[in-house]
Amino acid sequence: MSIKLTASALAIAAVAATSAAARDQIQIAGSSTVLPYATIVAEAFGENFDFPTPVVEGGGSGAGRKKMCEGVGENTIDIANSSSRIKQSDIDLCASNGVNEIMEVRIGYDGIVFASDINGPDFAFTPADWYNALAAKVVVDGKLVDNTYATWDQVNPDLPAQDIQAFIPGTKHGTREVFDVKVLEAGCEATGAFEMFKEANGGDKKAAEKACIALRTDGRSVDIDGDYTETLARLDANPQSIGVFGLSFYQNNTDKLAVATMDGVVPSTESIATGEYPVSRPLFFYVKTAHLGVIPGLQEYIDFFVSDEIAGPDGPLAEYGLVSDPELAKTQDMVANAVPMGALN
Amino acid sequence: MTDATSSGGATPRHSSSLLTQDARTLKRNAAESRFRAYGLSAVVIAMLALVFLLGSILHNGSSAFRQTFITLDVYLDPAKLDKKGTGNAEEIRKVTTFGYAPLIAASFEKLFEEEGIGVEGISAKKAGDLISKEGAADLRRFVHEDTTRVGETVSFSFLASGRIDGFFKGRVTMESAERDSNVSPAQLMLAEQLKEAGHLKTSWNWGFLTMADASENRPEAAGLGVAILGSFYMMIVVLVLSLPIGVAASIYLEEFAPKNWITDIIEVNISNLAAVPSIVFGILGLAIFINFAGLPQSAPIVGGLVLTLMTLPTIIIATRASLKAVPPSIRDAALGVGASKMQAVFHHVLPLAAPGILTGTIIGLAQALGETAPLLLIGMVAFVREFPAAPPEGFFDPASALPVQVYNWTQRADPAFVERASGAIIVLLVFLLIMNAIAIVLRRRFERRW
Repeated sequence: MSIKLTASALAIAAVAATSAAARDQIQIAGSSTVLPYATIVAEAFGENFDFPTPVVEGGGSGAGRKKMCEGVGENTIDIANSSSRIKQSDIDLCASNGVNEIMEVRIGYDGIVFASDINGPDFAFTPADWYNALAAKVVVDGKLVDNTYATWDQVNPDLPAQDIQAFIPGTKHGTREVFDVKVLEAGCEATGAFEMFKEANGGDKKAAEKACIALRTDGRSVDIDGDYTETLARLDANPQSIGVFGLSFYQNNTDKLAVATMDGVVPSTESIATGEYPVSRPLFFYVKTAHLGVIPGLQEYIDFFVSDEIAGPDGPLAEYGLVSDPELAKTQDMVANAVPMGALN
Repeated sequence: MTDATSSGGATPRHSSSLLTQDARTLKRNAAESRFRAYGLSAVVIAMLALVFLLGSILHNGSSAFRQTFITLDVYLDPAKLDKKGTGNAEEIRKVTTFGYAPLIAASFEKLFEEEGIGVEGISAKKAGDLISKEGAADLRRFVHEDTTRVGETVSFSFLASGRIDGFFKGRVTMESAERDSNVSPAQLMLAEQLKEAGHLKTSWNWGFLTMADASENRPEAAGLGVAILGSFYMMIVVLVLSLPIGVAASIYLEEFAPKNWITDIIEVNISNLAAVPSIVFGILGLAIFINFAGLPQSAPIVGGLVLTLMTLPTIIIATRASLKAVPPSIRDAALGVGASKMQAVFHHVLPLAAPGILTGTIIGLAQALGETAPLLLIGMVAFVREFPAAPPEGFFDPASALPVQVYNWTQRADPAFVERASGAIIVLLVFLLIMNAIAIVLRRRFERRW
């Protein structure tokens, strides 16, 4: 009896498998930074169109791009969300699996903010302050020495006398890359450490850049491999510390966090759009053009995503914290004509 | 021994009284009471941890089961919904949810005029933010069902937005609203006025159990519907596959298989399989069911298959233990009156072992219900808003699962999702409790001891 049961269950499964082969919903995976925006659009798309709501997965930018490059066909995803630009290695992987055309869509910009407990003192940082506080080696009296700064006012007399304790995103996050380049490397150059690293390495620029982003290991800088909710929990437990967050996360928690200025600029969607606030990055999604016209609703979804009422400055994405792209009209044209991306420059 | 007692008449041992304890007895008694204290404190620590865990979950999560609703009369304005005035259903259907938001603002404006409600500095549009963004979607759904109702005034019960809801649950205060960019104290004051006027009330939240997940912009609309259905589908798949396979395998191994080195190896491997970390089954599932067999991503069938692999060893071990517990005399008696081996097993042994098998199966299912790790790899940790269809097609539709929903919600930025995540944990715990209670009842009721 039990064998008959199993056999019939498997038979049902097999029949259903063939009937369910045609996928009718869009599948998306990738960056956890883009995830909230993608879910907002997916939800609105499902509400306003006769297509089912797309299924959106997180998992990280790199993982999403790799998944997209697995091949063409209904059991591969259609769109990869990404908080950093696609890499040549991804494009090569795609090509080797038959994914020859990808469309690159820039949806807007995301700011990275530095925030502390709302009841603590206010901070006004420069990249040089962050470099001096967190780097492994800093310049003191014209010499490179191990970093021994213990409080912020030792780094910069204008800052409050608070212990240096920072929670920064772990290396698997796209946010960390931006932090490395826009804060640490910028600070490295501003303090003159970059030149000294270059000298020490015989003029090798790459090695100097690598030395710039080496952090001190005495526990004053802590990598957070989880997401911003973990950083917030750590900040709650240790109000004397500074955390690195996405702008949208900060905007949802303004009752708990006080944001610091960078180079005297308060981070906001406006100051990031104008480029005054230095620590920001573009957000993308990548579409497998071979799936356009095959997966129902895919073209409509991407058109809807970049439309003014969604990605524009008054749309729900901007309300959630996305800095809308001043060149959105250009993106809309590109998407409407399904122009695949060219070679990386 | 008798020598010792007779010859040593003058030894101190005899002089000792039963009423006064000697040093050795004292030491032994002290050791025993110390051990009792250790044991007791271990139990107390475990209980404290449990109480703390349950307490914090209940404290955070119980409010998810209550929800603030705002009741408003909305005029379905033809000027907004049917701009051409043709009454054509197709034209009306084209209006997006963004076109419905002004209707809510307009009904607030009317409310301000007619009932004298209002706070200085609050425009009708700002007042509209008191209502969840789900509200516009509700309106659109209503009009789509019957486009002839455009032009009527209809009373709707809307979800209040997350921050307003949080205010009546004590999560948001006037002070925190001062610093909050998503809500202003004036909006909270307006909410209080609405409450006094009877337009706003907090009541039991069925939506939390029936609605689908929602995006980060509307935590108040997020529910467990898809997750509960997805978990249920997976459990069906697990039950249908693992019970027959598991029982058949254990009956064969226990009753029919020859005892040799091959069955020994199988036996050892089944025990090993029970100890394999669940994430490994996820990797296996990704490789075999999705990449090789081409089954769809995020589907309960794949989740069910993966969890089946994980549950099988549990069921086989439990089944074999309960088959072993049936005394050989039952088998001998059956064989003695002329039953075949198979008749003896199916007519006599299996019915007697059934309670144990069922208990093992339910405990295996409960384990599978709470499992998250293997689901991470097969695409079930996703934002899914569409309910899967009825089985069998529904097994292949994307769905979420209860533990996965908890994981998803803890990662979201809006603090309202913390409450939802704890609420989801409560729901999951209730399901687990029910399953374990059924297992205990079955065992108590039907188990026979020899």
